[in-house]
Amino acid sequence: MKKKMSKTTKNNFITYAMVIIAYVIVQALVLSGSLSSLMQGLLVPLCIYVILALSLNLTVGVLGELSLGHAGFMCIGAFTGAFFSKCTQGAMPDGLRFFLAIVLGAAVAAFFGILIGIPVLRLRGDYLAIVTLAFGEIIKNVMNVLFIGKDSAGFHFSLKDQMSLNLGTDGVVIIKGAQGISGTPKNSTFTIGVIMVLITLFVILNLMNSRTGRAVMAIRDNRIAAESVGISITKYKLLAFSVSASLAGIAGVLYAHNLATLTALPKNFGYNMSIMILVFVVLGGIGNMRGSIIAAVLLTLLPELLRGLNDYRMLIYAIVLIVMMLFNWSPKAQDWKARHSLKRMFGKKEQTAKEGN
Amino acid sequence: MSFLSYLINGISLGSVYAIIALGYSMVYGIAKMLNFAHGDVIMIGGFVVFTATSATGMNPLLAVLLSVVVCTVLGVVIEKVAYRPLRNASPLAVLITAIGVSYLLQNVALLMFGANPKSFTSVVKVPALNLVGGDLIISGETIVTIVSCLVIMAALSMFMKTKPGQAMLAVSEDKGAAQLMGVNVNATISLTFAIGSGLAAIAGVLLCSAYPSLTPYTGSMPGIKAFVAAVFGGIGSIPGALIGGLILGVIEILSKAYISSQLSDAIVFGVLIIVLLVKPTGILGKKISEKV
Repeated sequence: MKKKMSKTTKNNFITYAMVIIAYVIVQALVLSGSLSSLMQGLLVPLCIYVILALSLNLTVGVLGELSLGHAGFMCIGAFTGAFFSKCTQGAMPDGLRFFLAIVLGAAVAAFFGILIGIPVLRLRGDYLAIVTLAFGEIIKNVMNVLFIGKDSAGFHFSLKDQMSLNLGTDGVVIIKGAQGISGTPKNSTFTIGVIMVLITLFVILNLMNSRTGRAVMAIRDNRIAAESVGISITKYKLLAFSVSASLAGIAGVLYAHNLATLTALPKNFGYNMSIMILVFVVLGGIGNMRGSIIAAVLLTLLPELLRGLNDYRMLIYAIVLIVMMLFNWSPKAQDWKARHSLKRMFGKKEQTAKEGN
Repeated sequence: MSFLSYLINGISLGSVYAIIALGYSMVYGIAKMLNFAHGDVIMIGGFVVFTATSATGMNPLLAVLLSVVVCTVLGVVIEKVAYRPLRNASPLAVLITAIGVSYLLQNVALLMFGANPKSFTSVVKVPALNLVGGDLIISGETIVTIVSCLVIMAALSMFMKTKPGQAMLAVSEDKGAAQLMGVNVNATISLTFAIGSGLAAIAGVLLCSAYPSLTPYTGSMPGIKAFVAAVFGGIGSIPGALIGGLILGVIEILSKAYISSQLSDAIVFGVLIIVLLVKPTGILGKKISEKV
């Protein structure tokens, strides 16, 4: 007889199964043609937001540090991936190039995660939050003035304008400052997005259940106690932070390959984006990966489903946000929930379903 | 001379940041929360003055007063409805609620006034000052901004010596102990939000007088920068907010003038990071020792 699965393994399988079932259902809907083109256009962004929410949940939920600069890592991944794709387009098969772009985007984002993590992770609480926000804004700002061109002599960099690149006659400008990168091949598909979501889940869930993950969670729960039993705080914090950054980088590469023109605007890589990802994480439940997926999908779809209400949709979104937080946390609402809970109505049937992984 | 005029512009912008940072800092000190909606209260303050002066032709000074009253009430209501039920919730839940309030204010303004920028007529009627035979011109807005910043700082420092001010300090030190000493904690927190939001209204008017373009998103970037200024100077400290705001404003204007206008925000944030790495609690921040 097979050995009985542990509770965590079972929970993880439910999470994987949920993603795969959702994928199958959506694919069936696409093939039968019952999904509007608007909804089809949302499929890749949905995967991107899910990856971002999962990766931020690693920083916020597992490491226990509030980061408001997550969009910055996505920005790095996006520009690295798009730059690589533009440089090597035609030189190798599309599939291989896209795969390498994703790996490279993740690696560069992880590198910046370590670079930024070394100073930032010394701070704690709200100070850490504001410094990560600052880093995110710096990355976005620098991307807006960065020019990179290529000619026979190699690559040229400039932070000023196109002229100061001093390109040869055969030179091409690849990154054009505020105009960003245009003409990136559109490689991101829903299938690749879902595969990336599964890889992200696999990395995070396995990390959480490993020796390393337990060390990271020990630091979250009590830093001093963890240090006193010989856990290296800096090493594990940096590790979790850079893994989180590299996963955000993957989301960035997908994002870049889903657009014709990639620019670093406040809308896509500014602090508003970081905050939006944080909203997914908090509403889905801090540290709960399945919750992050559900929250990211629902909250991305909500404004689109409300599109009929046009001007009022963001207003409704804001109200939903406030009401959900009040409903989850205020003492009065908690009393009400205790009195009207499903558990009391149906006995103890629903108990395990509520506990995430 | 141009350096001097840039410097004065920087001090003027810094004064606005300082006034906003004060509100941020006081609210943070007492409620231990990042009030992301603070920046949007600034924007509401601007719109109240804009509507009052352009639609009804109200006297600008009365309009400013009205805007202060509206924002004060708004601040107290926001605290009561959105933040008070969450007082014992996790800090992240409160943060998300504040973000929700911020979106709410922005979208209400968007519905009422539209996304097109409104040109704000300056409410300041002070003549510009010509110095050094016309080489150095200090605009009326600049004079009023700097003067009001100094007046507000002085008034607040004096207020902190009074009984409600002391109550505020007590609540920010230890809520439970303050309550045992007979301090009305709820009323004190409401008072803090009232003062912070009233200051935000004044900051909104000054900001819009100097940069006369008003949209529903006008407040969010100055709000973030003012928070940076508050952290910079040491959060919870009144002189810290003043110093932080001024340094931030001067760095921003000087880097815009001499380095790059696109990179000025990056430079401001870069300086913040360096300061926090050297002094993790800001320039005038208190050292917090950790108990095991």
